[in-house]
Amino acid sequence: MGLTAGLTEAQWSQINQATSALNAQQLTWLSGYLAGLAQTGQPAVAMPQATATPSQSLTILYGSQTGNAKAVAEEYKAKLDEAGLPAKLYNMADYKAKQLKSESHVVMVVSTHGEGDAPDDAVEFHSFVGGKKAPKLPDLQYSVIGLGDSSYEFFCQTAKDFDEGLAKLGASRMLDRVDCDVDYDADVQAWAEKLTAKLKDSLSTGTQTSVATAVSAAVSGGTKYTKKAPFTATLLESQKITGRDSVKDIRHIEISLEDSGIQYRPGDALGVWFTNDTQLVDELLGLLSIAGDSQVKWSGDDYEIKTLLTDKLELTQSYPTFAKAYAEFANNADLNALLEDKAALREFLSVRQIVDIVRQYPAKVTAQQFVDSLRSITPRLYSIASSQDEVEDEVHLTVALVEFEAHGEQHQGGASSFLSTRLNEGGEVKVFVEHNDNFRLPEDGNTPVIMIGPGTGIAPFRAFMQQREADESEGKNWLFFGNPNYTQDFLYQTEWQRFVKEGVVDKVTLAFSRDQEQKIYVQHRMLEQGAELYQWLEDGAHLYVCGDATRMAKDVQDALVQIVVQHGGKTEEQAEQYINDLRRAKRYQKDVY
Amino acid sequence: MTTDNKNFVVEGKLADNERLKTESNFLRGTIAENLTDDLTGAFVGDNFQLIRFHGMYQQDDRDIRAERAKQKLEPLQNVMLRARLPGGIISTDQWLAIDKFAEEKSIYGSIRLTTRQTFQFHGVLKPNVKPMHQMLNSIGMDSIATAGDVNRNVLCTSNPVESELHQEAYEWAKKISEHLLPKTRAYAEVWLDEEKAESTEEPILGPTYLPRKFKTTVTIPPQNDVDVHANDLNFVAIAENGKLIGFNVLVGGGLAMTHGDTSTYPRKADDFGFIGLEHTLAVAEAVITTQRDWGNRVNRKNAKTKYTLERVGTDNFKAEVEKRSGAKFAPSKPYEFTSRGDRIGWVEGIDGKHHLTLFIENGRILDYPGKTLKTGCAEIAKIHPGDMRMTANQNLIIAGVPAELKGKIEAIAREHGLISDDVSPQRKDSMACVSLPTCPLAMAEAERYLPDAVTQIEGFLAKHGLPEESIIYRVTGCPNGCGRAMLAEVGLVGKGPGKYNFHLGGNREGTRIPRMYKENIGEQEIMAELDSLIGRWAKERNESEAFGDFLIRAEVIKPVVNSAKDFHDDSFVPA
Repeated sequence: MGLTAGLTEAQWSQINQATSALNAQQLTWLSGYLAGLAQTGQPAVAMPQATATPSQSLTILYGSQTGNAKAVAEEYKAKLDEAGLPAKLYNMADYKAKQLKSESHVVMVVSTHGEGDAPDDAVEFHSFVGGKKAPKLPDLQYSVIGLGDSSYEFFCQTAKDFDEGLAKLGASRMLDRVDCDVDYDADVQAWAEKLTAKLKDSLSTGTQTSVATAVSAAVSGGTKYTKKAPFTATLLESQKITGRDSVKDIRHIEISLEDSGIQYRPGDALGVWFTNDTQLVDELLGLLSIAGDSQVKWSGDDYEIKTLLTDKLELTQSYPTFAKAYAEFANNADLNALLEDKAALREFLSVRQIVDIVRQYPAKVTAQQFVDSLRSITPRLYSIASSQDEVEDEVHLTVALVEFEAHGEQHQGGASSFLSTRLNEGGEVKVFVEHNDNFRLPEDGNTPVIMIGPGTGIAPFRAFMQQREADESEGKNWLFFGNPNYTQDFLYQTEWQRFVKEGVVDKVTLAFSRDQEQKIYVQHRMLEQGAELYQWLEDGAHLYVCGDATRMAKDVQDALVQIVVQHGGKTEEQAEQYINDLRRAKRYQKDVY
Repeated sequence: MTTDNKNFVVEGKLADNERLKTESNFLRGTIAENLTDDLTGAFVGDNFQLIRFHGMYQQDDRDIRAERAKQKLEPLQNVMLRARLPGGIISTDQWLAIDKFAEEKSIYGSIRLTTRQTFQFHGVLKPNVKPMHQMLNSIGMDSIATAGDVNRNVLCTSNPVESELHQEAYEWAKKISEHLLPKTRAYAEVWLDEEKAESTEEPILGPTYLPRKFKTTVTIPPQNDVDVHANDLNFVAIAENGKLIGFNVLVGGGLAMTHGDTSTYPRKADDFGFIGLEHTLAVAEAVITTQRDWGNRVNRKNAKTKYTLERVGTDNFKAEVEKRSGAKFAPSKPYEFTSRGDRIGWVEGIDGKHHLTLFIENGRILDYPGKTLKTGCAEIAKIHPGDMRMTANQNLIIAGVPAELKGKIEAIAREHGLISDDVSPQRKDSMACVSLPTCPLAMAEAERYLPDAVTQIEGFLAKHGLPEESIIYRVTGCPNGCGRAMLAEVGLVGKGPGKYNFHLGGNREGTRIPRMYKENIGEQEIMAELDSLIGRWAKERNESEAFGDFLIRAEVIKPVVNSAKDFHDDSFVPA
């Protein structure tokens, strides 16, 4: 080692002798003293190796549900490395909460889901920071960046909680918290630059943090294709897999990844870039009386507005930033009033696309002004429904066509309608893989698996079972599935029949909500089968939930607590602990959206 | 000649259905377990066959089978239920209950009257199957043995005019049905949650039941609405002074055959002779047990009573029946069949009550746009004090209407399109089985094709100056013959999509089997032939000569005389 080369054996021996009797605090003080000596140019012995000190540590903690926050954290760590500021990187689930009081600099990247919920891997740490056991942190400097979706009421709530929680404990902000919306790239970049500069000031480069191995150093996928540089894939098949009388239009999508070298694992998601429906764009431009060939500037380039709206800008979801910018042109009292009431605005936006707002509140706006009020399209993530051991260079998705009538008009979701109706077989689609280590089959093939996946939540479980079949795993598998009608909506019915026949799947429990007067959902079936389900958990089963986050995942969680109370003879508190333990042991994983 | 049973038992490897019955534990199989398996909407394995003994067929919507395969969905599995309704009589309360069930719990929402003088529910999904049987049970009905290798629903001529004679005949139909019913408790256990029986005996049918399906009628001449020659066992009612005194017993009719297998053929029933009423059940039982013991259990295609008679000889079979029943057949009493159709419209019975026969095209009672047949029947059932009767021609009789309600009931019937003055004689004399999309055996359209086909034939009759004439015209989707095309003047037997074997030369009374005139031809070709033949008939017919009789006389086709020998004889068909 370069740093130790300057020391003779005798010097080493002396140092060891001198320090052997010192306690940790004395050692810490001494390290600072020695560093000071070094900086003032006084002759002194150099440190053999920089060690972590409370006053000089840098740790990045992330809590991520879909992988976005994790990716931001990893990218930031790489940037810090480049800047000569090596940091430790931890998933919040793997971080020892008590360690926090020994830290000097902490960066948190955390997303928020559903009704202000923390991602699964952040749940425990989140409650620790906000709870009674949290220590005072007068010496801690921190920065929090949140990822979220501003169309939700509790936008970036988890980030806010951490930010405020740490402040209450006496820690000090290096930067104001940044709450990122769905298109977060620019915000993240700006935050990263500012924070790096601050850290450079605050952390002396001479006292590097210890080179502790980052826990989550897995290289993501070994592919060069990313969100920003996606692979142009080919649509092989788009097949409706709900019956002709179904109330839902759900598609099985097969995409070729041929020659991309892309590798994914069951549990991963596929990011899909899409373009908007040109009819929708025409309608919008018509309403605004803007010519389709109007020239606009966007992100430094020149575009015809029609092309820009079709290819680059978000039209099928609406968001507060648009409402705010557009309101200035609309000059409508109702719309202005909405901006003042966050809950009402969210309600308003949730049932409208951009075109609905424009139709409802006509405005005189130039092509450039309109474009500037919109944000860029963000790719949609779909849980992958296949295993490469089964489908090789294909990737399969299960996509529900979002389709609804509102305000007297027919509406469709952007990506789902692109995949289901606008993209022809053989057509091109830009994709990338989002790895999700928070949704993985147990490493041991003998471990039993319980899968709860109503609706399109069934997708990753099709991948799981393809994998387990390919691996010839011996572990038992139990699927809970639900949808409106048995005859119309039993997704992949013939495949599940085969899985059962071949002995891959041991049990399939079904809940079809509309086949009887009383609505029956998966959580009701779980409760009915509670004794057996609890036994599976006791036998070490891993439990997975995929699908709707707002209601299903909560109902399933409540059902789990009830089951553990009833069949495990526990109090509600103990049951919650039991489930938390499952989560911590990565035996309870969620992929909800 | 010996009647040693053993000589008449066909040796060889038993058909798989025999294994299935043997292993079924008296028809229980694993139906109960299968009911709770919701991974599939079907009854699988042996249960696919076994539920037939409980009156159900596993079916699916064949129109969308390929579409659903692509959707990774299994076929739209459902069951068809055929109720047991000896003589076709149903109370108005029962009617309202089945009307409600069809509406709420079946895919097709219809009550389908069938040639077996009962009704079928089509498209019942598995979760509704048990509630369906419980509903039937709650109104005093069941569907035991309306399908499978057993004696099926017993028909009885619909003759509301001679009300006393009909009542007596109808009572016998019920008694015969009950007497020959399986004794196993399987139905009650599986569907009605009744306690498991400790042991089961089947003294009449035996543990492996019959070699093949078995059909029985009670017939009141001169009506042959039940088509005696389509049935294994017929009790032809003989009356003196309006009072039933006994039956001529006709054995061994049947219409089913297999395409391309000349060892199969439609066959008329043989007349065994007359018996007094006191021997009725014993003779019924003896015919059944003789067929049970002698019927071919090796080859199901030759298992029906008609083939047993051909193989062992009618005399031997008859002697065995006499031996087993203790009855002696006297020479047949004279009787005559004059027609098979129903008398559509009002008739007055000798009891002074009124009876309204409603023509139901294809027997399909459903609310069509502008023709709310099903609602109409239910509205009538709500106010009608008598009963309702299904006929073997798939029509419905509102029986026993007091004079003061005639007007009201007729008004309801007209309002809902149940009475329509412009239904032609041709339409009334036309019939089709259910076929596509639900019947798994169907090879070509029947029910869905019939209305248009009849319209075309009506056109030919009008064109050739015979608008008031009719031809017994029947279409059956496969050679099993539910549509009884093999007793029609013009019979079409489904061969493939849009293709039929075209038979000619039956008679109006249903006592002559039509011969195949052209094989596997399309609808257009059939219609062109009919147009031309009807044209000849119009010009060349004798006074009142029926179409089928004319074709024989004009040597367009040679009559089938002894079907076992001459049905498949090509030399009988003109080049």
